[in-house]
Amino acid sequence: MSEGMGLTLRVWRQKNARDRGKLVTYRATYISPDMSFLEMLDVVNEGLALKGEDPIAFDSDCREGICGACGLVINGVAHGPGKGTTTCQLYMRSFKDGDTISIEPWRAAAFPVVKDLVVDRSAFDRITQAGGYISVNTGSAPDGNAILISQETAEEAMDAAACIGCGACVASCKNASAMLFVAAKVKHLGILPQGQPERRRRVLAMLEAAQAEGFGDCSNEYECEAVCPKQISVSHIAFLNREYLKSTLKK
Amino acid sequence: MALDGRIPGGPLEQKWDKHRFELKLINPANKRKHRIIVVGTGLAGASAAASLGELGYNILSFCIQDSPRRAHSIAAQGGINAAKNYQNDGDSVFRLFYDTVKGGDYRSREANVYRLAQISNNIIDQCVAQGGPFAREYGGSLANRSFGGAQVSRTFYARGQTGQQLLLGAYSALMRQVEAGRVTLFPRREMLELVLVDGCARGIVVRNLVSGQIESHAADAVILATGGYGNAFFLSTNAKACNVTATWRAHRKGALFANPCFTQIHPTCIPVSGSHQSKLTLMSESLRNDGRVWVPQKPGDRRPPEHIPEDERDYYLERRYPTFGNLVPRDVASRSAKDACDEGRGVGPTHLAVYLDFRDAIARDGEEVIRQRYGNLFQMYEEITGEDPYKTPMRIYPAVHYTMGGLWVDYDLMSNVPGLFVLGEANFSDHGANRLGASALMQGLADGYFIVPYTIGGYLVSSQKKTETDHPAFKAAEKEAAGRIDRLLAVNGRRTVDDFHRQLGMLLWDGCGMARNAAGLQKAREKVAEVREEFWRNVTVTGSCGELNQALERAGRVADFMEFADLMIHDALMRDESCGAHFREEHQTEDGEPLRDDENFCHVAAYEFNGVGVSPTLHKEPLVYENVSLSQRSYK
Repeated sequence: MSEGMGLTLRVWRQKNARDRGKLVTYRATYISPDMSFLEMLDVVNEGLALKGEDPIAFDSDCREGICGACGLVINGVAHGPGKGTTTCQLYMRSFKDGDTISIEPWRAAAFPVVKDLVVDRSAFDRITQAGGYISVNTGSAPDGNAILISQETAEEAMDAAACIGCGACVASCKNASAMLFVAAKVKHLGILPQGQPERRRRVLAMLEAAQAEGFGDCSNEYECEAVCPKQISVSHIAFLNREYLKSTLKK
Repeated sequence: MALDGRIPGGPLEQKWDKHRFELKLINPANKRKHRIIVVGTGLAGASAAASLGELGYNILSFCIQDSPRRAHSIAAQGGINAAKNYQNDGDSVFRLFYDTVKGGDYRSREANVYRLAQISNNIIDQCVAQGGPFAREYGGSLANRSFGGAQVSRTFYARGQTGQQLLLGAYSALMRQVEAGRVTLFPRREMLELVLVDGCARGIVVRNLVSGQIESHAADAVILATGGYGNAFFLSTNAKACNVTATWRAHRKGALFANPCFTQIHPTCIPVSGSHQSKLTLMSESLRNDGRVWVPQKPGDRRPPEHIPEDERDYYLERRYPTFGNLVPRDVASRSAKDACDEGRGVGPTHLAVYLDFRDAIARDGEEVIRQRYGNLFQMYEEITGEDPYKTPMRIYPAVHYTMGGLWVDYDLMSNVPGLFVLGEANFSDHGANRLGASALMQGLADGYFIVPYTIGGYLVSSQKKTETDHPAFKAAEKEAAGRIDRLLAVNGRRTVDDFHRQLGMLLWDGCGMARNAAGLQKAREKVAEVREEFWRNVTVTGSCGELNQALERAGRVADFMEFADLMIHDALMRDESCGAHFREEHQTEDGEPLRDDENFCHVAAYEFNGVGVSPTLHKEPLVYENVSLSQRSYK
């Protein structure tokens, strides 16, 4: 295997938001199993650039699984075959010589394609803007230890707060629902004492914003949890639903 | 030019209070009449934009990512320091100040560092109030852990994702101000020029990375919070998009660049596996709390780690530094790893690695406890290397991580260009020649939440003139930016941008990396000039300006790294001493410790741009120590 793997890639190419787009076939050669998936695409892009062809556009930044910038649908699965990993943390040892790999962008009405594999996820920012925070001005906080929080609650909040906002949950859902994204934030802030004053308002505002952006409803397929790189549990969606119900009744 | 840090007089502990009282205030009703540009949405930029928005200013916030939440602060793992002394282990504001000055090898400003230590406690309170899910003790109080360069436990953390949780806190505060109408977001914008009017910073020119359009934005002041320049080395722990362009463009317009040779090489990163490598991944320094660093005693010992008996292992940090052991500062740990590998005792397939072993910690505390502390880091290591660190020791090697140098700023965090403020890693101010772990998050948030919101008011009071983008200075800057893009697209050569970037990175790593000497620096400087010349003759950039064009984005950044690299090497040559991360081989003690020259180099070296390839003018700001006495750092 010193010469590395040879792969056939079927990659979504789309010049811009108005272009129709299509799958284009490329060969990737001399691919080492120690390369990350994105490094494999870097190699392909170097080859395209030297031929004067337009390299494949894709988002990535930290390349260590935390910024949430990367996200490709690989062989039909958001972030590909690795469990609990982002695309950048997927390594080519997950594939074998001769494989054909299809590579597509997130597909959702609320995430329009910008170019090739790059999509516009600003809808997530607008959901957060609607209420995904605790309203506390700089300088008005009490001493950190004035608020005691049990280790259990802190851990549970952290489980939900681990969301990186990549959008794989939306991409994997047949309804393109953003419920896991919303639920993670509602849970993180909703179980902490600091989050109580705005608890009701937050859930209503975020869900309303999600709907306005064109994300669908949840129909309990659990696909989101299966692809979530941070393995955020769908149980948060059950929490969200209860919160929503209580908040509507108390409105 | 006389470099005046404008440090307030009076006793150290009263300087900041006194200065805050003396700064002129702006009437709340008048704040909304002031527009401020903030470039960058990491911890410093997002916290500044949010806090200034809360005060009522009108903020324009720019970032290169698709969302402000993705700035590279998000990748900080280990934690954030504060002088809370919750552990009752003898911590205090003065001790945090002292550790930071000492850790920086006496090349930072006393007054700035003391203020940082004072503010550190407010930061924790603020982040908790925002809902930051910090680790807790069973009783519900905040938990702490130890970090390198300190003997007290003062680091607050949220698993291995502290940067993420702090950034999401600052991001949510920012989005709250967007909702309130006080902040306007401009994502996917890259700053290409700083615009000066009558010598003051009055705006920026950016490229819209989606449409390719060149846009002008005017304001009463400009804040740069655009991070460090570690990606000059190509391989670093920085995110791919991290770059020097914003600060370099400001430097070209007159802002002084301070201490550019101070680059931190982080000791615990996953080693390079091949030439395809696009970045290096850090393993949090917090791992050194429980992991023991070792190499085989004998050079060339190729046995797998489990076959090397205890008495044939060299736990070299514990041996050389019995007091601090595995928790020595980063520069010391990195150089020791390099020494071990230079002696032929490196491990792994490339022999450029040392072991970080958790065997004893697992035996002592059980696998479950270790999993709780470092679970996500262990998982990340396994994903990247295919090896299970619960069973076999991690292999680690130093990598470029953080840059202590940056644009020169005064006590108000304003550069020598009036109206240009610089925060976080982008400035030079607080870490001297070496940054201690868990201090970057502290500094970014101190600058953004608690310093610039006060100090910028003092500037705005005295500068009431308004500028709009119809001023000819904007047209000129737009022309400059567009001209440069046209030149990049017109070269039409035969080598890719990444190919050049990799070559530049190797030159810097070899000549201006963990250890430097005059001959190597001279050689690197000549080589960099050659590569830069070839770049503008032989680079290929596909596509056009009027579209999303990632090759073009990278080309612009690499072009600036090529110019910046010359300044970095120049500074490393000029600083003819060893201090902190800057290790000049000519200056070391008999046992290989860095040897400072306080008589000649106890100053900030700030450079003025005179043209590409032309020697810059050096301006010195002497460093005066009134509260700590300079000593040879010792962690033995």
